[in-house]
Amino acid sequence: MRKLALRDEILMQVEKPARYIGNEVNSVVKDKAHVEIRFAMCFPDVYEIGMSHLGIQILYSMFNAWADVWCERVYSPWVDLDRIMRQEKIPLFGLESQEPVKDMDFLGITIQYEMCYTNILQILDLAQIPLSAKERGEDAPIVIGGGPCAYNPEPIAEFFDLFYIGEGETQYRRLFDWYLENRRAGGTRLDFLHGAAGIPGIYVPRFYEELYRADGTVQGRRKLYDDVPDRITKELVKDMTAVHYPQKPVVPFIKVTQDRVVLEIQRGCIRGCRFCQAGQLYRPVRERDADKLKEYAKAALQNTGHEEISLSSLSSSDYTQLNELLDFLIEDCDRKHVNISLPSLRIDAFSLDVMSKVQDVKKSSLTFAPEAGSQRLRDVINKGLTEEVILKGAALAFAGGWTRVKLYFMLGLPTETEEDIRGIGELSNKIAAAFFDTVPKDKRVNGKVQIVTSTSFFIPKPFTPFQWAPMCTKEEFIDKAYLTKKGIMEQLNQKSIKYNWHEADASVLEGVFARGDRRVAEVIRKAYERGCLFDSWSEYFHNDVWLECFADCGLDIGFYTTRERADDEIFPWDFIDCGVTREFLLREWNRAKAQTVSPNCKEQCQGCGAGRFGVGICKER
Amino acid sequence: MKIRIKFAKYGAMKFIGHLDMMRYFQKAIRRADIDIRYSEGFNPHQIMSFAAPLGVGIESYGEYMDIEVLSMTSAEDMKRALNDVMVEGVEILSVNVMPDDVKNAMASVAAASYRIAMKEGYSEKTPSGGFPIDDLAGKLQTFYAQEHIPYTKETKKGVAELDLKEGLYELAPEPDGAIRMLVNASSSGNIKPAMVFESFCKSAGIDIPQTAYQVTRLETYTDMAKDGEAHKFVPLSDVGNDDNRKR
Repeated sequence: MRKLALRDEILMQVEKPARYIGNEVNSVVKDKAHVEIRFAMCFPDVYEIGMSHLGIQILYSMFNAWADVWCERVYSPWVDLDRIMRQEKIPLFGLESQEPVKDMDFLGITIQYEMCYTNILQILDLAQIPLSAKERGEDAPIVIGGGPCAYNPEPIAEFFDLFYIGEGETQYRRLFDWYLENRRAGGTRLDFLHGAAGIPGIYVPRFYEELYRADGTVQGRRKLYDDVPDRITKELVKDMTAVHYPQKPVVPFIKVTQDRVVLEIQRGCIRGCRFCQAGQLYRPVRERDADKLKEYAKAALQNTGHEEISLSSLSSSDYTQLNELLDFLIEDCDRKHVNISLPSLRIDAFSLDVMSKVQDVKKSSLTFAPEAGSQRLRDVINKGLTEEVILKGAALAFAGGWTRVKLYFMLGLPTETEEDIRGIGELSNKIAAAFFDTVPKDKRVNGKVQIVTSTSFFIPKPFTPFQWAPMCTKEEFIDKAYLTKKGIMEQLNQKSIKYNWHEADASVLEGVFARGDRRVAEVIRKAYERGCLFDSWSEYFHNDVWLECFADCGLDIGFYTTRERADDEIFPWDFIDCGVTREFLLREWNRAKAQTVSPNCKEQCQGCGAGRFGVGICKER
Repeated sequence: MKIRIKFAKYGAMKFIGHLDMMRYFQKAIRRADIDIRYSEGFNPHQIMSFAAPLGVGIESYGEYMDIEVLSMTSAEDMKRALNDVMVEGVEILSVNVMPDDVKNAMASVAAASYRIAMKEGYSEKTPSGGFPIDDLAGKLQTFYAQEHIPYTKETKKGVAELDLKEGLYELAPEPDGAIRMLVNASSSGNIKPAMVFESFCKSAGIDIPQTAYQVTRLETYTDMAKDGEAHKFVPLSDVGNDDNRKR
């Protein structure tokens, strides 16, 4: 039996010890004497969040299918264990072997959101790996960053030996083979990194310098080696049906956020909403074949015993084989008493029919994401959802028995006016009114309809048409939230509408990290040293400490957030080629300002640049 | 068909709580293709019930759960199918088909036996599970011979005064120096083994921290005695056994 890294009395005093013991169904334990490469795969947040991430399940399964690699999982120790590990100097360990991460060959960290940056430093620190890549000795693991935040890696560049830009399925084997070759030849860490920089999609930050102008903007980059690439092109899977997919996902003992089989039906999105980073990063849209998905669904349900399956994609309604797949799942899952959950479906007659088959209508709620309160602003953000469509969908749903509706909006979008904000309350009200118009009095369950309207604050992200846009200040955000609330309170049906909003402080910080440069790293390190951790958890977010750190580092938050960027400003992330061209994004930014919508990929190609990959929808057209 | 499953839970699995064990078995039953009965309604759930919840940190070789199935080949097949999908630290020990009129496992529980042993590395004197206590047998005997064993239990509502003696059926040393006890485990008079051990240590004037010893449940029993008779404790798995039925 494996020896646990933590003594019984430690496990007995921390919350949810199951986070730290491994041993889950389908977790992979190998004989370390028979593997060449030990890989620690980390999601820098608490176990329940990290275990819900599909990307790690994919790479974990793919790596462990290779006989010479043993991939283990690592998550952020929660604050209670964090304290004990520091006190007792217990090194961070992999869940499978319970052995220290510092003794492994690689530490791969997926970076899914900006607010986990201090958690990355916690992982390195607890693992007893020097925080700065340049300070690491020959024996330290190679620290790799990946995921959406790696598309602007500069604010955290100094903490990573290399970044893998793009989808993980394609280049890891080549990276591992080079690692083994270099090791056999007696090469150094630097030799490995130098060679790795020649592999497509791999970015080694230490080989570049970022240069600034007097006004603080980026002037350009200087390469420290002639033979490293000027631009890093993202990696992407060419054939989604042929690529590896996990059929034995790890089954956690404790309840996690995503406690179900997840079926990724396609990657990418045809829609081109101008605020959405994922919609640009994962272009072009590529579907998985429905027959293959049926096999995966069957196998994964059998191998996990999960009682629920969920479809995953950015916009499931756009999947062309949805009908066929759902017919199969409904029949197969009903027999096995498996629930189907269907996020990201457009509300129309078809989806309502499907949902009424797989959900308890009385208990479930419908979700619309208009994102903006007025048609004008929806045109600016290119959200192709009209009021007519929303009201029609809502009326259909109410007729079908649904009584709960969730609405998602953003505040602080470019060009937003008070009128647009008032539109949020008005639209919420119209949906409530649609209920009373549709459902006769005697048929109303409890006589009520429940509209939950939520707003988040808009944060401009790299590689979107809004990467040039100024972000609001905290005060502006709060004013906008008040105006939204006031607008809702003025409505006739205000008693049927509940309003939720996000906190503004963390959004401002996220805005800095999203479009930050290398100078931001010092602030992150300082904040971590002063105790910042789990910043995405509001109870652990200390805005005052962060403000202090910005001041001490002499960095102005407004420079990164509220400043309007010139069309020709060089951005810290410009050296990364995500497929979509800067020319396209600028064109879209100008169309946004002109309130002009752009058709989606299926309607008419917009020449975004991703066509050169020659895959998915770009090939079909 | 009613099925009673006996299982062991040890090693790292002792840190998995009762509710998570239920979730674990719900998924395991699907993986093993057991034709379990589901409840009616929009959200059907498996017909499954556990005998006596086990505290986090305690190991057991005498855990029970009852399920209802619509069909099966044989108890042996089911045991094999389940063991094929278990993780390290959970082991199916037996599968028994129960008579239809049997009381469910949870309602049947009357007593449980436990072993309390020193954890490895806590005592140089006794490396093999025993306690650093001179004349353990004599001290246990003295402790058990008391007419009353008062114990103050702290609950959320306040403190409660208990007499452990009523529900402490047996207390004896093991050959390796560990302690074995049989206690009331019914819903009305459940006694935690740690309460007995703590009380014993106090009376013997020794100080052993809770982190230093391991509690292991050995067996869970039902009481087959008729009204007025002395206790007749029988392991829950033996209830459906023909010999017991006839008696």
